[in-house]
Amino acid sequence: MNVQVNMTSGVDAQMAQKISIKDLKFFYGDSLALKSISLPLYDKKVTAFIGPSGCGKSTLLRVLNRMYDLYPRQHAEGEVLLDGENILAADQDLNLLRARVGMVFQKPTPFPMSIYDNIAFGIGLYEKLAKSELDGRVEQALRGAALWNEVKDKLDASGLSLSGGQQQRLCIARTVAIQPEVILFDEPCSALDPISTAKIEELIDELKSNYTIAIVTHNMQQAARVSEYTAFMYLGELVEFAETSHIFTSPSQQKTQDYITGRFG
Amino acid sequence: MSDHIVRAYDNELELLGRKIAEMGGIAEQMIADAMDALGSMNVELAKKVVASDVRLDTLQREIEEAAILTIARRQPMAVDLRNIVAAIRISSDLERVGDLAKNIAKRTIKIGSESRLPRAIVGLNHMGKLASAQMKDVLDAYAQRDVERAQEVWARDAEIDALEDSVFRDLLTFMMEDPRNISFCTHLLFCSKNLERMGDHATNIAETVYYLVTGNNLPMDRPKGGDWTGLRT
Repeated sequence: MNVQVNMTSGVDAQMAQKISIKDLKFFYGDSLALKSISLPLYDKKVTAFIGPSGCGKSTLLRVLNRMYDLYPRQHAEGEVLLDGENILAADQDLNLLRARVGMVFQKPTPFPMSIYDNIAFGIGLYEKLAKSELDGRVEQALRGAALWNEVKDKLDASGLSLSGGQQQRLCIARTVAIQPEVILFDEPCSALDPISTAKIEELIDELKSNYTIAIVTHNMQQAARVSEYTAFMYLGELVEFAETSHIFTSPSQQKTQDYITGRFG
Repeated sequence: MSDHIVRAYDNELELLGRKIAEMGGIAEQMIADAMDALGSMNVELAKKVVASDVRLDTLQREIEEAAILTIARRQPMAVDLRNIVAAIRISSDLERVGDLAKNIAKRTIKIGSESRLPRAIVGLNHMGKLASAQMKDVLDAYAQRDVERAQEVWARDAEIDALEDSVFRDLLTFMMEDPRNISFCTHLLFCSKNLERMGDHATNIAETVYYLVTGNNLPMDRPKGGDWTGLRT
């Protein structure tokens, strides 16, 4: 089918798929929020999800680490393969899954504890480390999130004392600390000023050499800047998935074009 | 195409299109006038051509500035981005076309007082008509976002190239016949080169229109005219 080919022009059989989403449907109660979505997340690449509010992009992200399991009456059908294993399977260990697939939210969510403990807490859930080893891991995570130089002299200060941008990087450090394989970003910069946004984008650029990244963003330029692949979603459907350079210069679907050029509804 | 949510954005893009249309009109007129002036050795008309180039240069600057502002202000994407890039490219092609027409006019002013050789200009006139037609077609293709028409222009440039070769051979003959023709014919040689260049700019614009509409580029190799003289490099 012609549309099918266009829709998935970004699918490249040569590339390793870290996550393969296959015929995914998602329900809030009886209402269908995702209608048979299929697309890959390539290994160590950044994939951006764009689309108007309510299109299902955040829902899709929440499926990737089964965040929805926390809520009753929400369920998914289809397959989401992480390294070939279906994470939607009933016997999936959710703690293990969330360690492998970390998530950073729209609003920074530091715990009301010290900067150090914000990082150490997450590590402690999965591993028992000696103090010196733990110190090393905390530093490594804060360096990885480009925050170390700003906080190294006040690790005992409350995480809440940091600026919004720093708090967000603290959350990224917390995510990185437990050494996930995939990081999900749900509009990570929407509450940040341009400088903090630039720092997060720089960070995503660095993180992608080690992690597979999915990012939901309302900022089209941000999607164009940080991602290698872009998926445009609308009303629970995947309209187009392609290389980012293709989506933002000459998208195949009229709907994509209307949305990214600001001609929508 | 439907409108932007922000109406001022549409206005900015429309203004770019209008300015390109104005540039196109001026450039076409300059080619026609320059060739008329050359044909009839009308120095006054030639001076008029030289004078109208100023407006073309001004318009090109305005288009560039407006395009840069829109990029900064709107971060255009997809077809809008291609639209703006096309405006910048086409305005620079048209500005060059104006320079080439001006150069023909300047040569007319120079050789206006010299001995004439009307038959030497026949071939040039033919080239001028072709260049004008190419320019008109490609500007129409731009205005109507007509890919097929742009491709026709693109393919037809070979005709101007072929004519240039035959003009070259004619002028060479006249110069060999009578060395007093050399100065006059040399100027005409430059004029024919100018016309051939205009054709190249028309094909550039055709390529831009193709890119603007489809998002793809035409192939690098364009059909070339015959090269009997070994003139082409």
